[in-house]
Amino acid sequence: MLLREVEYVRPSSLDEALRLLAADDGARPLAGGQTLLNVMKARAAAPDVLVDLNAIEELKGIDLAPNGTLTIGAMTTYTELLEAAETKARPILGEVAATIADVQVRNRGTIGGNVCSNDPTNHLPPLMVALGAEMVIAGADAERTVKAEDFFLGVYLTAAGPGEVLTKIRIPAGRSDGFAAVTIGADGTCIVNAAASLNGEARVAIGCVAAVPVLIRPGGRDADAVRDAVRGADLDPPSDVHASGEYRRHLAEVVAARAIEQASARS
Amino acid sequence: MEPQTSQTITVTVNGETYEREVEARRLLIHFIRDDLDLTGSHVGCDTGNCGACSVIYNGQLVKSCMLLAVQADGARIETVEGLAPEDGKLHALQQSFSDHHALQCGYCTPGMLMSAKALLDANPSASEEEIRKGLQGNICRCTGYWNIIDAVKAVAR
Ligand SMILES: Cc1cc2nc3c(=O)[nH]c(=O)nc-3n(C[C@H](O)[C@H](O)[C@H](O)COP(=O)(O)OP(=O)(O)OC[C@H]3O[C@@H](n4cnc5c(N)ncnc54)[C@H](O)[C@@H]3O)c2cc1C
Ligand code: FES
Ligand code: FES
Repeated sequence: MLLREVEYVRPSSLDEALRLLAADDGARPLAGGQTLLNVMKARAAAPDVLVDLNAIEELKGIDLAPNGTLTIGAMTTYTELLEAAETKARPILGEVAATIADVQVRNRGTIGGNVCSNDPTNHLPPLMVALGAEMVIAGADAERTVKAEDFFLGVYLTAAGPGEVLTKIRIPAGRSDGFAAVTIGADGTCIVNAAASLNGEARVAIGCVAAVPVLIRPGGRDADAVRDAVRGADLDPPSDVHASGEYRRHLAEVVAARAIEQASARS
Repeated sequence: MEPQTSQTITVTVNGETYEREVEARRLLIHFIRDDLDLTGSHVGCDTGNCGACSVIYNGQLVKSCMLLAVQADGARIETVEGLAPEDGKLHALQQSFSDHHALQCGYCTPGMLMSAKALLDANPSASEEEIRKGLQGNICRCTGYWNIIDAVKAVAR
């Protein structure tokens, strides 16, 4: 397909990328391109300038601190997430990354692009919310940190606004995590998904049922408490060709319970 | 460096180096097929779903409809045309696809072969399960997949 005419630039530093993004209202970062190029083909978005982040070393790499905190560069691919030694400290990361689409998409798609696109069916937004991740965002003059539950603002809308770049994601230590989804085919698009974490307070985040992941803090740590909490959240999920809203509401309870059971089995 | 609507890129495809001017809006698959006239890689869906455009890009399997040609400046690319060691001889995977009747219309085959090659390059003794997972990004509308899995299994060891 022929895209609308676009300008392209591949800066080698974050400062240069921020300058290029600030210079043109129609400029957009290009990460793995596994969502953005399709959006451009469909003319759902038509950026004037693509600022390719692929040559910026500062946005890559995974660091594991002595206290167990993981700092993951926004341009880390799913393949790197599931292969890196560091991410074994929080095994759920690699496990979920391994179920996103297929080898080709995993080789290009990035953790930063996944959360910045905030497609409500994506795997990583609910996971980041359940794990209590923090998003580090760089703008033209300052850097700020936003909690994952405050990062997702709407469909395809996040706290990383125009001219800004998500640089890294910080994930605290922990192992008692779970993730469950009902998908369209093996490793397919999620119909409903849920991530759970039992490191400290119980946190469950449900995806595909609203514009942003729904964070639930159940009273108890067992499956029944989680089902009750999900029921009490009065979800109003969308209906589409894959599932009615009512069926999604039912699945939300099921996958939330499965995710918490997986998390408990690891505590 | 300033944004540009076109740029000169240098790309090595199947060992041969090409220098070409390309528009920024050109997808890598169109650069390979139309500019380099290497028409083995196919366009099935143009949405990243079917895998018919799969090539090996700097050692990694990618769908070439999901990259821009300008991104490939300096890249090393392998396409299906580079598989056979010489004219008249087939790569082990190609021979095995033929022996196992792993293609019918052949539209998916170049992508299947490149996915199978990337898998076996990284994991020469891939199990059936690993082969199934490794070919997940490639859709075939004809064969029902069984013969494709058998063909790759026969080359893995
Ligand atoms: C066939 C197929 C199946 C897929 N299935 C799934 C699936 O099941 N689950 C799933 O989660 N995903 C799925 N995806 C989407 C895939 O995971 C994408 O890789 C991901 O949504 C976007 O990441 P990206 O790195 O490719 O970002 P891009 O497509 O490059 O960018 C996406 C958006 O985020 C912005 N952006 C990217 N990085 C940054 C940054 N660091 N700072 C600020 N803004 C940024 C871009 O400007 C753009 O608007 C699928 C994709 C394909 C092609
Ligand atoms: S044409 Fe590229 S994945 Fe279908
Ligand atoms: S052989 Fe026809 S699509 Fe696979």
